[in-house]
Amino acid sequence: MARNASLFAALIGALCLAGPAFAESTELPPPDIHWSFEGPFGSYDQEQLQRGYKVYREVCATCHSMNMVAFRNLGDPGGPFWDPKYPNPNDNPVVKTIAKDYQIADIDSETGDAIKRPGTSADYFPAPFANEPAARASNGGALPPDMSLLAKAREGGAAYIYGIVTGDTPGAPHGLIVPVGKYYDPYIAGDMSAYWKGDPARTPTGGFIAMPPPLTAGKVTFDDGTKSTLKQEAKDVAAFLQWASDPKMEERKEAGLAVMIFLLLFTGILYASYRRVWRDVGH
Amino acid sequence: MSGPSTYEPKSAIERWLDARLPIVRFSADLMSFPTPRNLNYWWTFGGILAFCLGVQIVTGIVLAMHYDPSGAGAFNSVEQHIMRDVNYGWLIRGLHATGASMFFLAVYIHILRGIYYGSFKAPREVLWLLGCVIYVLMMATAFMGYVLPWGQMSFWGAKVITNLLGAFPLVGKTITTLLWGGYSVDSPTLNRFFSLHYLLPFVIAAVVALHIWALHVPGNNNPTGVNVRSKTDSVAFHPYYTVKDGFAVSLFMILFAVFVFYLPEALGKADNAIPANPLVTPAHIVPEWYLLPFYAILRAIPDKLMGVLALGGAIVVLFALPWLDRSKVRSMRYRPTARLYFFIWIAASLALGWCGSQEPQGAVIPGVVGPTLIDYDINSVTWLSRIAAFYYFFYFLIITPFIRFWETTLPVPDSLYTPVLAHPAAAPVGAATAAAE
Repeated sequence: MARNASLFAALIGALCLAGPAFAESTELPPPDIHWSFEGPFGSYDQEQLQRGYKVYREVCATCHSMNMVAFRNLGDPGGPFWDPKYPNPNDNPVVKTIAKDYQIADIDSETGDAIKRPGTSADYFPAPFANEPAARASNGGALPPDMSLLAKAREGGAAYIYGIVTGDTPGAPHGLIVPVGKYYDPYIAGDMSAYWKGDPARTPTGGFIAMPPPLTAGKVTFDDGTKSTLKQEAKDVAAFLQWASDPKMEERKEAGLAVMIFLLLFTGILYASYRRVWRDVGH
Repeated sequence: MSGPSTYEPKSAIERWLDARLPIVRFSADLMSFPTPRNLNYWWTFGGILAFCLGVQIVTGIVLAMHYDPSGAGAFNSVEQHIMRDVNYGWLIRGLHATGASMFFLAVYIHILRGIYYGSFKAPREVLWLLGCVIYVLMMATAFMGYVLPWGQMSFWGAKVITNLLGAFPLVGKTITTLLWGGYSVDSPTLNRFFSLHYLLPFVIAAVVALHIWALHVPGNNNPTGVNVRSKTDSVAFHPYYTVKDGFAVSLFMILFAVFVFYLPEALGKADNAIPANPLVTPAHIVPEWYLLPFYAILRAIPDKLMGVLALGGAIVVLFALPWLDRSKVRSMRYRPTARLYFFIWIAASLALGWCGSQEPQGAVIPGVVGPTLIDYDINSVTWLSRIAAFYYFFYFLIITPFIRFWETTLPVPDSLYTPVLAHPAAAPVGAATAAAE
């Protein structure tokens, strides 16, 4: 045994030549943030969703589409403007007002001409750019991703979005050469070794992002009087995007609770039946 | 069916039907089928698997009503239409997607149970072979089903896996062109995968019927591996095993529901929420967890064709198991040496699964760098997969056939009922007296 242990130690010692063998992509883990929608009983904070919607509307929507979300979805149960008085979200006055502010491309049914008309609650959020080349041309060649599923499409979800938005700053660690049109962000995956002038052992984690720092303190004025700090804006918009990705979460968790209670009772009854049926049978 | 039928038609209409199509007799005989009384909970996974197949077929039929199998429409029909607009679409899709993982979890336990208790041995070879056929069909069905949402992982998974077949000399290119319906993975590929994904579950159901038929000829194996010899050894399937299987299915449903309602994304990959894009390769292309061990075997071998053959061999070797294992003792309960090698084989398979999820050059022990051998550091995931893959085959091809030359088996009880009488069942009398001597 002792011989084995020393052999093992020698083997480990021989292997312990520290240092990365491959240049690897690195990033900071998403910040650990407390969300109202965490856990089996978590739900969306409606005021937060409303603030997040405002950040989306005034900042993100300039470049990012959200193709899968319709105006009516804002008034769905669990959504930012859900109002129990309007079980049909199409009747929700807030939703109608939001929709009306958008101009939607349509075809005039009498002349066949391409026209713009005010949106209705049944319309989907229009994309800021006509097509992908137009979006790329306006963003230095980079394509702003559609936001409908963004939180679901990134490991780390809302926390990842929060990290990207807060980590994206005009500054960069001294000694890092940032290419024109790019920004350093510690939360995005990348390999900085080729851009780092300093000590290779202290190469910054993270990567470059084409999105300029989107949020600053006070950029959005919240209607509910919440102080508009960078972190507040980032947290609210991340929560809103989580909702946009998973609008049925509240319905799902509520159904889950009922299903769990039923299954536990049902399993208990089946176990009692099993004990009863087998009570005189050796097995 | 083994044994005489005990069904007595009670009414005139039952007698009339019994003389023309004895379907009531058939069902009654299934229910009264003599089943060993000592089956443990590992035997409930057959029932659990029938439940899983039922869930997949029912939810799948409903999903197909709302799904658009075209390259342009598939992603939106799933993520926008089904997940947001179809009533309870999130639930139906959640059950179907999670159900695939649950199905594989159950089938792996079922297969391991079969190996451990020697359920593949004579006279159950055909039963085992049919089970292997079901498993292969399940893998094909699951793979094609994963392609249908047409996300990044769907697309690139399809690309990587179908490209493997291109490794075969001469016919490789023809096979891939036929599978793709063109010269790359595209809308025609999706169309044919959807068609086959709808067809194969019914083929599985048919093979399951044969599997159950083949089970009812020799009857169930049991934890002792000793054949049923007398009437006291067995009980009627109903109510004894309907209630026990029902309880187990219900427990399984709790686990299933935890994933469906509280962790719907836990078994998937975030990348699959990005629409398929042939121009952007995801950073890490990995299959679903249930295919990871095979993926690791594939990557462990430096040559592509040899890797594909090893992957295929890892499955083919399961078919050969009844003829590889020559031990006269059926259950590993009485084969402590074989049991030890079997548990190492499970550990190797789990290690392969872990390796499949990692980057091939990643370190197994973080921060440790060793010498490089055959393209990879010896502390790399690739080398761990090589060692584990070697053991995977070593277990089946060397240990299993030849262990009888050195293993000492424990005394097997005279009847499957003996250990039951000596409660607790986990400590069979044969084993206890052998240890005392």
